[in-house]
Amino acid sequence: MKFYGLVDGSEASLKKYLKTLSGVDQVGANARAAMLSTRSIKTTSKRWAIDTAISMVDLTTLEGADTVGKVEAICSKAVRPDPTDSSVPSVGAICVYNDMVAVARKHLDLIGGKHVPVAAVSTAFPSGRASIEVKVLDTQDAIDAGSSEIDMVIDRGAFLEGRLIDVFNEIVTIRQVCGDKAHLKVIFETGELVTYDNVRKASFLAMAAGADFIKTSTGKIAPAATAPVVLVMLEAVRDFYEMTQKRIGVKPAGGIRNTKDAIKQLVLVNEVAGEEWLNSKLFRIGASALLNDLLMQRMKMDSGYYASPTYVSMD
Amino acid sequence: MSFEYAPAPESRAITTIKPKYGHFIGGKFVAGSKHFPTINPATEEVLSQIALAGKAEVDAAVKAARKAYTSTWSKTSGKERGKYLFRIARILQERAREFAVLETLDNGKPIRESRDTDIPLAAAHFFYHAGWADKLEYAGLGSSPKPLGVAGQIIPWNFPLLMLAWKVAPALATGNTVVLKPAESTSLTALLFAEVCQQAELPAGVVNIVTGDGTTGALIVNHPGIDKIAFTGSTEVGKIIARSVAPTKKSVTLELGGKGANIVFEDAAIDETVEGIIDGIFFNQGHVCCAGSRLLLQENIAEEVLHKLKKRMEKIRVGDPMDKNTDVGAINSKEQLAKIVDLAKVGDSEGGQRWSPAFELPKKGYWFAPTIFTGVTSAHRIAREEIFGPVLSVLTFRTPQEAIEKANNTPFGLSAGIWGEKGSRTLWAAQQLRAGVIWTNSFNKFDPTSPFGGYKESGWGREGGRHGLAAYLKSVSNEKGVM
Repeated sequence: MKFYGLVDGSEASLKKYLKTLSGVDQVGANARAAMLSTRSIKTTSKRWAIDTAISMVDLTTLEGADTVGKVEAICSKAVRPDPTDSSVPSVGAICVYNDMVAVARKHLDLIGGKHVPVAAVSTAFPSGRASIEVKVLDTQDAIDAGSSEIDMVIDRGAFLEGRLIDVFNEIVTIRQVCGDKAHLKVIFETGELVTYDNVRKASFLAMAAGADFIKTSTGKIAPAATAPVVLVMLEAVRDFYEMTQKRIGVKPAGGIRNTKDAIKQLVLVNEVAGEEWLNSKLFRIGASALLNDLLMQRMKMDSGYYASPTYVSMD
Repeated sequence: MSFEYAPAPESRAITTIKPKYGHFIGGKFVAGSKHFPTINPATEEVLSQIALAGKAEVDAAVKAARKAYTSTWSKTSGKERGKYLFRIARILQERAREFAVLETLDNGKPIRESRDTDIPLAAAHFFYHAGWADKLEYAGLGSSPKPLGVAGQIIPWNFPLLMLAWKVAPALATGNTVVLKPAESTSLTALLFAEVCQQAELPAGVVNIVTGDGTTGALIVNHPGIDKIAFTGSTEVGKIIARSVAPTKKSVTLELGGKGANIVFEDAAIDETVEGIIDGIFFNQGHVCCAGSRLLLQENIAEEVLHKLKKRMEKIRVGDPMDKNTDVGAINSKEQLAKIVDLAKVGDSEGGQRWSPAFELPKKGYWFAPTIFTGVTSAHRIAREEIFGPVLSVLTFRTPQEAIEKANNTPFGLSAGIWGEKGSRTLWAAQQLRAGVIWTNSFNKFDPTSPFGGYKESGWGREGGRHGLAAYLKSVSNEKGVM
């Protein structure tokens, strides 16, 4: 059924749908996230969590200075994060700007990384300040270049102005462009939406509009993937599943730099959304520096010693 | 593909438990005559032998407290008293892990709670009252308030060190000396606190700790050398104490039972409310006098809240209290477990619907799974009597007025919670509720600056904050009238 039968596409129905949401108490959400961050993950469960986290990393480079060489380098890293240990899983995806999609796809295929998808940031990332025509072309361009995942940004200006229907329609349009060729991740830039009520509202709006994933941030604005924000989004996908029997994925991005933070994210997933979400189909972590810390912690678990960073490849 | 948390046990190596303890009288540890065992309720392991104080020991403790009061403590300036309290607070922080481990072993509460709640709050009470010690003339009790003398303090087993701090810190800050008796099943952290008093070089006799059971408590309550009784415990014992001290000159504060109403209005933030319900009743295994043990749900959201509450309860981790990931630990004693089991059976027989997730409880020790009863009405015993365990009675209401009537329809009046996003109704409800502590959109939050105490059968007087000082001071104005 279109929009899961939750809305009929009209502004009135969207408003009505979003009005049924209960609010989020900021103090309570912070307290819950803080409590879950005290979970102590050791030994076998830590080992499992590290490998699971590696398989969930969307290894990202989104710089003006990106070159073919740089993108090819992270592709190699994505397929075999630790060249000395073949038991380390490949990462969840590579995430690049549009013009690097073809480079990444070609190189991945060349080095035995057909199983690693390429995600492109789209719709005038990171600001989203462009006309819908440009956004559509932007997305189409990425898909044509071989991207099977599209990370779009919402129009935060429209959201904050209250033009929720415009935000909704834009997601619907990009969803149509993606068709069955690409998964759609919808980025809220929670650091600009600021309140947890907004995060919750944006989550339900994006899910009804057809998002496959909801994603916290572009990585260009701080704060990004804070624990309470991810908590609120995980509650949203859990509740949405109960309403529709459809599981939507969650992708925190930005600010998750070490193993400890990544494991805290997995604890949140486990205790809020549930273990059904604990795989790379439904949970990704957008990061660049994180992967090396995961690898170093993994080595430490094997050897008992912390290695120097020189023992892992820089990219 | 499941995320099982491997055991993450806190080490007990940091603490040394002696095979046998005596009393702490006049600044020294003195041997006891009779002893009884104290056990770890999670394993039934005997941890140590605790001395049972009789008349001789209580007399000695009161005598030591009187001597310290007359010769030293009443002559020590507020500024100096404050220094001792600051010192004790800092030592508690320095030795926090040791206290947390000992508390969890002796009480059965999860290490996460003793580490993150009990011990930091105990230190905070000493810090807070250290600040008051030299400012008592600004407490609103006259320009020159005076201490009462020797305070007899009897504390419960649910927050052993924290309740000690609630009692000892204000007494010392206001210039009183103390004879304290910890609960018989949880004496160990009080005895470790005695070491802290020595370490802080607190003058001998200012704090005296005698251990024992109810007979020791009665000796303290009825001792003619004591000026003030401060008791935290059951309403039943509180009534006995009130009768005992009525014909005497003793002042008394009582912090007794409760049957707190946690009221959820239709516009509440549901997920955070569910967390608050969990905190309200399953924190510290429900061994909390101010627990939110009666959940009042507005009928139009009752189904949704209960659905989410049950889902959330399935995630509660019950088990080894020393594991850092445990949320709910062991019931403190065999007797308390029997009481909870009995009252839960009453709930069944009255027609309440019992529900609990399928927990695998440890074989040894005293355990009771987090449980809710739905379909409870105000006439049921489990809606009226304090269970003091992880058992929640769920009632519903239709209008805000009905919620208030139901919330107040209890002989107790210690705590209440209000959940809703509408500020005007929250303020209205808080004014109508007859309870000493009211939380809005939160539950079981404590702070030394905030007075705590009850209406009706929940007790007399307040502890904490400026109001708590009044329990340990005579209001006296300087004749020269320096106001």
